[in-house]
Amino acid sequence: MENTEKFDVIVVGAGPAGTTAAYVLAKAGAEVLLIERGAYPGAKNVFGGIIYTPILNRLIPNFWEEAPIERHIKGLKIFLLSEKNAVSIGVESEEHNQPPYNNSFTVYRSKFDSWYAQKAQDVGAMLITDTVVDDLLWEGNKVVGVKARGEEGDVYADVIIVADGVNSLLAEKAGLRKEFKPRQVSLGMKEVMELPREVIEERFNLSGNEGIELKYMAGDATKGIWGGGNIYTNLETLSVVTWLSVEPLLASQQKAPELLERFKEHPFVRNYIKDGKTIEYQAHLAPDGGYDFTPKYYTGGLLVAGDAARFLNASIHYEGTNFAMASGEAAAKAVIEAKKKGDFTEKGLSHYQKLLNGSFVMKDLKRYRKLNRFAEKNPEFFDGYFDAITQMAVDYFTVNELPKRHQEFNMLKRFRSNLRDYYASDNPVTRRQKGLVRAFSRTCPLVRFLWKCMKGGIAFV
Amino acid sequence: MNIDDKLALNLFHVDKDPHIQVDQEICRKCPHRLCTYVCPVENYTINEDNTVVFAWEGCLECGTCRIICDQGAITWDYPRGGYGISYRF
Repeated sequence: MENTEKFDVIVVGAGPAGTTAAYVLAKAGAEVLLIERGAYPGAKNVFGGIIYTPILNRLIPNFWEEAPIERHIKGLKIFLLSEKNAVSIGVESEEHNQPPYNNSFTVYRSKFDSWYAQKAQDVGAMLITDTVVDDLLWEGNKVVGVKARGEEGDVYADVIIVADGVNSLLAEKAGLRKEFKPRQVSLGMKEVMELPREVIEERFNLSGNEGIELKYMAGDATKGIWGGGNIYTNLETLSVVTWLSVEPLLASQQKAPELLERFKEHPFVRNYIKDGKTIEYQAHLAPDGGYDFTPKYYTGGLLVAGDAARFLNASIHYEGTNFAMASGEAAAKAVIEAKKKGDFTEKGLSHYQKLLNGSFVMKDLKRYRKLNRFAEKNPEFFDGYFDAITQMAVDYFTVNELPKRHQEFNMLKRFRSNLRDYYASDNPVTRRQKGLVRAFSRTCPLVRFLWKCMKGGIAFV
Repeated sequence: MNIDDKLALNLFHVDKDPHIQVDQEICRKCPHRLCTYVCPVENYTINEDNTVVFAWEGCLECGTCRIICDQGAITWDYPRGGYGISYRF
């Protein structure tokens, strides 16, 4: 590529954020260069297992008819685990068996991201793979191009869209954010496990292309570390995932890969994945929702989208791909707007912030930040409370000779004593408690539990 | 299933030089060596002579070591284009 070559837009990273931006811009007639460091789009990309597609279905209606999807997700099952007990709630709908399938599909990223990048190429974007972007080229306080490693060298454009993922060295080099702290990221580990199609469908009660997600919320699934486990159904494989918030993981001093193995062997997990033959092992960081640590999302000649901007709903929903696509589309629209005015300065690109603010991206980040802060400050929820709550549920359904009212009374008594034992034992939570608070939790564990539930409820609403 | 067996399933294009530089001198004095716990492929190990060894061949480029090293021992970068892990799924 010659040094004189200049594009309208360079997009770094061919994931859902970058490719969406490239697709929208190319379709609007811009000259777009999409740069991917992997040998093909998706080669470096890790996610849990589901792409959420409200944006994609608007851009490419009925995309599932041609995209390489595995299964549509008709429902989910949520588990709370302790070592010996489990409580689960399932949500399924026949409506989700109809288009647009609740906009939830399992895919392999290697296939899906390659397909999506091809769609961007079909409308005129240019894709180059095997290319790492090392740095930005500046003119005064405006970014005017990128420095690619190797033969590509310097490439120029009016605007750069940075969508290079959670480890975005470019967003840092642009001065838009600092290196993440352990409390701002989670580590996800995943095994793709092969099983015959019929076995998967029988085991998970599925037919045809139906799929389901099992969600294990923290508790014993992660040994009390804020995080969780998942099983996603693909056509002929399962994606088995454990994700762990990095700060509590560090505090626990446990080996991360051993926690995935432990999850796989858990009594309420192992039968779902029995006889599964692992065919790939993946791991990656994910950002934990960005509202509290908001970086600036744009500067002169540059915008950041997707994981690079921490756009991910780290909650029970754990949606990342639709945040990526929504921010990619917003970035593209802001560039189109800037192009009309011929102003690619910071001010000229400020429309991006307005589009983000108006969409679910910023609204959800804002809402769920409270919940994340609550989870951070109240680790007992995912530790001692899980044990006590699941035991209470098991006690409620225990069959014996006692009249039910008597049994319910025993259940509550045991619930209270379980909470008290938890607060009396030596664990990371009680070690954090001091003097009066500790004495209070031991003497009135039920009051503390109800108080925490109320605060949790408020944080959620 | 141990990590070596898992990594043997993955497709890597291993470069001749490591993409992550680890400063042995700093690691020698590191009070916690948390990288040996959190690396999902156990690429950081402690040698007999008490040094921290980084094996880049099985690196999944996840970024965890970069975030958790508070000693400034790690210079983290991506592998050359097309090198490193290539996920098939």
